[in-house]
Amino acid sequence: MKKIIIVDDEPNIVMTLEYTFKKNNFEVFIARDGSEALEILETVIPNVIILDVMMPKVDGYQTLKLIKGNEKLANTKVVFLTAKNKASDIEKGLKLGADKYLTKPFSIKKIVSEIKELTA
Amino acid sequence: MSNYVLFFVIIIYLAALFGIAFIAERNAKSKWVNNSVVYTLSLAVYCTAWTYYGSIGIAANSGINFLPIYLGPVIAAPLWIVLLRKIIRISKQHKISSIADFISLRYGNSRFLGALITVVCLLGIIPYIGLQLQAVSETFQILSDDSTSYVSTSIYDDSTFYIALLLAIFATFFGTQTTDASQKHKGIVLSVAFESVIKLIFFLCVGLYVTYVLFDGTEDIYSKISQVDNFEALTSVNGFENGFNWLYMIMLSFMAIFLLPRQFQVSVVENVREKHLKTAIWLLPLYLLLFNIFVIFIAWGGNLAIGNAEQAEYYALLLPLQNNNTFLALLIFLGGFSAVISMVVVATLALSTMVSNNLIIPYGFLDRFIKNRPERNSKYIKNIRRISIFLIILLAYAFYINFSYELSLYSIGLMAFVIIAQLAPSFFIGLFWNRGSARATIIGIVTGFLVVFYTLILPFIIQVFTGSDDFVQYGLYEIEALKPHALFGIDFLSPPAHAFFWSTLVNCICYTVFSLLFKGNYRERNYAEMFIDSKNYTDLQDGALVWKGEAYVAEIKNVLIKFLGETRTERALNLFFRKYNLPQDTQMADARLINFSEKLLTGSIGNASAKILIASVVKEEEVSLVEVLQILDESKETIARNKILREKSDELMQLTNKLREANEELIEKDTQKDEFLDTVAHELKTPITGIRASTELLIDDNDEMPSELKTQFLKNMLQDSDRLSRLIHNILDFEKLAKGRANLDLKKHNIRESINKTLVSLNQLSSKKEVTLINSNKSDIYAVYDEDRIHQVLTNLISNAIKFCEPKRGEIVINYKYEEGFLEVTVKDNGKGIPQQDIPFVFDKFYQSKNQNIIKPEGSGLGLAISKQIIENHEGTIWVKNNNKSGVTFGFKLLFK
Repeated sequence: MKKIIIVDDEPNIVMTLEYTFKKNNFEVFIARDGSEALEILETVIPNVIILDVMMPKVDGYQTLKLIKGNEKLANTKVVFLTAKNKASDIEKGLKLGADKYLTKPFSIKKIVSEIKELTA
Repeated sequence: MSNYVLFFVIIIYLAALFGIAFIAERNAKSKWVNNSVVYTLSLAVYCTAWTYYGSIGIAANSGINFLPIYLGPVIAAPLWIVLLRKIIRISKQHKISSIADFISLRYGNSRFLGALITVVCLLGIIPYIGLQLQAVSETFQILSDDSTSYVSTSIYDDSTFYIALLLAIFATFFGTQTTDASQKHKGIVLSVAFESVIKLIFFLCVGLYVTYVLFDGTEDIYSKISQVDNFEALTSVNGFENGFNWLYMIMLSFMAIFLLPRQFQVSVVENVREKHLKTAIWLLPLYLLLFNIFVIFIAWGGNLAIGNAEQAEYYALLLPLQNNNTFLALLIFLGGFSAVISMVVVATLALSTMVSNNLIIPYGFLDRFIKNRPERNSKYIKNIRRISIFLIILLAYAFYINFSYELSLYSIGLMAFVIIAQLAPSFFIGLFWNRGSARATIIGIVTGFLVVFYTLILPFIIQVFTGSDDFVQYGLYEIEALKPHALFGIDFLSPPAHAFFWSTLVNCICYTVFSLLFKGNYRERNYAEMFIDSKNYTDLQDGALVWKGEAYVAEIKNVLIKFLGETRTERALNLFFRKYNLPQDTQMADARLINFSEKLLTGSIGNASAKILIASVVKEEEVSLVEVLQILDESKETIARNKILREKSDELMQLTNKLREANEELIEKDTQKDEFLDTVAHELKTPITGIRASTELLIDDNDEMPSELKTQFLKNMLQDSDRLSRLIHNILDFEKLAKGRANLDLKKHNIRESINKTLVSLNQLSSKKEVTLINSNKSDIYAVYDEDRIHQVLTNLISNAIKFCEPKRGEIVINYKYEEGFLEVTVKDNGKGIPQQDIPFVFDKFYQSKNQNIIKPEGSGLGLAISKQIIENHEGTIWVKNNNKSGVTFGFKLLFK
């Protein structure tokens, strides 16, 4: 079973994603900010991580940098899912090494197809 | 005391002076050399042997009549701040090096006038110097026990001759170090200041000695002298007529302190800083006062103890000698000698500058200078001055040898004063009246001098050569009205006062009448304007000279090189071009360069020669008087206009700066606005994202989804919708407050009641979390505020506090007090507090504490920002600080109305 970590501080949004990916046979882990995500990553090597940018404590960019510095996570795909949709934000996210940059509000179907395509 | 010992002492003393002057020249920039006290003491060169010995002679024979000579300078001193400062400014600006230069420049740079003034000064001062030498000779004689040496068979065995030569060497050495005579002579000035101290101290010594050692204090002398006959006459100003004598003597000395060449030298040419005048105006009168304190007592003491009126001038020396106090007598001699040296050195220096710059160079040497090489010119000029110094001293010596027996120090001194006073009308009136012209000045000085000659000099000469005083008794051709000491029946004045009265009267009349009759040429008027309105024309500087014509820079440069040398000329011209922003290879000279070049040369060869030299290489066109005045007015206007322009440009600069600041502020605001919109968009998107995703799931998975999950998603949607509407409401509210469009409903309220209302409304929230709310204050404080808005603030602060408190243990204390015109309300909790680095940002829009519970709080991120706006709309302040132990305190102050 493919593993996915959802990192977001908005519980209502997390709830919809959790439901969706469980239904699509992912083992789902939830983190409410970057530091919780890193905690989970100590024991879990996920196929994909969905990362919000604006979060308390450790934000999305920092989290991505830490992930990229971890060799064990070389095969883990990282997808930004954020309300920040300016061209400069997108560029920054991709430059840092994100595999995909998706914006909020999102379509559940599109998210699922994008993630499946990444983990195929 | 033997001749040789005395001569030895003199040599030692001169060597000391030489040393002092030498050190001063070496340390020309030291503050010991350039200070106001040295300046003031150098002005005391006014006190010559005449003061030192002559005053006592007058006091012994005719009472307090010696005083007016010192009252004039005392009266003049306060005026220096205005008058002398103006003279110093003009002189510095034009590099003036003597009184002849000063007056002749005022009257259009007239060569003849400069020469005339030089001659007048020579006629007045050379006998005066001669008398100083006589004083040395006679005191030398009194002090030495060899009574035959006085009648020397030839000048070779006359000690005075050698002393005169030594003085000439001193003046030559320190007076001609540079070619430029307007340069300072620090060595001479410091030695003169030193001598001023010496002569005062030694004179006070003899005063104290006579008063308290020979006699029993001033009362003793007074009681003894008052028993002598004609005492009354010696101690009072006798009647109305003698009052005029006093008046004229005071006027005379008033003028002398400005006009004597040596005074002009020390007070104007040697002035280093204008502000030194401030010390001089009180210190010099004090010096003169000290000098005169004992004069009358020494005179009376002498009359009592010696009683020989013939020798009264030397009482100061004779009294200690009579009592075998040779050492004190020697000190007195040195004091008097000091007075002589300083007078002779400064006077010869001043005169030699005048002789070379206003007489010899402009009338004889210019052609040669033009052909010469620069080094040789400099040597020539210095040599002319050196020879002048020797010639002046030798002439003075000759005068002393031939005439001096006949006259007292006092009368020759006064004669010099009266002659010099002939410069007064052109000097004083010329400083304030622009119509005064060169021709009128010349006529005034010549006629004034002729009157002095007839009333003062001629009687003296006739008396010396014929031994008869018929001329004085009966007048020319025995005409009553032409009696030299009582012209037209004015017989109550002393001869010097009489001569002064008539000569200056005639001089003034000639000066004014001829000035009104004949207009001066444009050049005269040009300089007149520069002198009279010196304050305004200082701004114009080189531009104040009106000049029209054709001149090549190269030719002017050639002339300058002749006197200044190649390097100095290059440097000066470079500076000039840079100052006026002209290209270095400028071909044609303008008025400014002409004026500048004349000034450069003036110090070396005097202004008359400078003008002639420059004129020799340029083609000048006649300018009409009207044109001069027009151009001057234009230049003044240009300067005024430039001033206005500069002010306008400053204003513009300030405006530009303000605009730039405003612009930066706008940009900053714009960025802030962008950020705000960004954040607003982000905040709005979050609930929308939730709503959208939940809705999509509910639609697509309607069949499969368990019903409790369906309910949860629907609840989430409701929550997100609420959040969305709250957010929109807050954003609009904030904008309204921030733009000042929120109308406050200001009324008088009791803060206790307002707080209670808020607490009641929050009761549910707090009891749900089991947090204690405490309002301990029971006092009624009434203040004017919008109750709904303050309720909004209180709700925000208290609900925030509840949010950050731990359940059950939380405790929130609300308090308020009246303090210094403010009502202060505080909300204190015992929660987690705020990270110190976040404190400055808590009132920013969309700031949310990173330290808050991980479960997303209900806030919109605008609560505190809105609270801040509300308080600021009340003209109050809001603040936050972490408590010492735990938790945080928010507070706000409202203006108590």
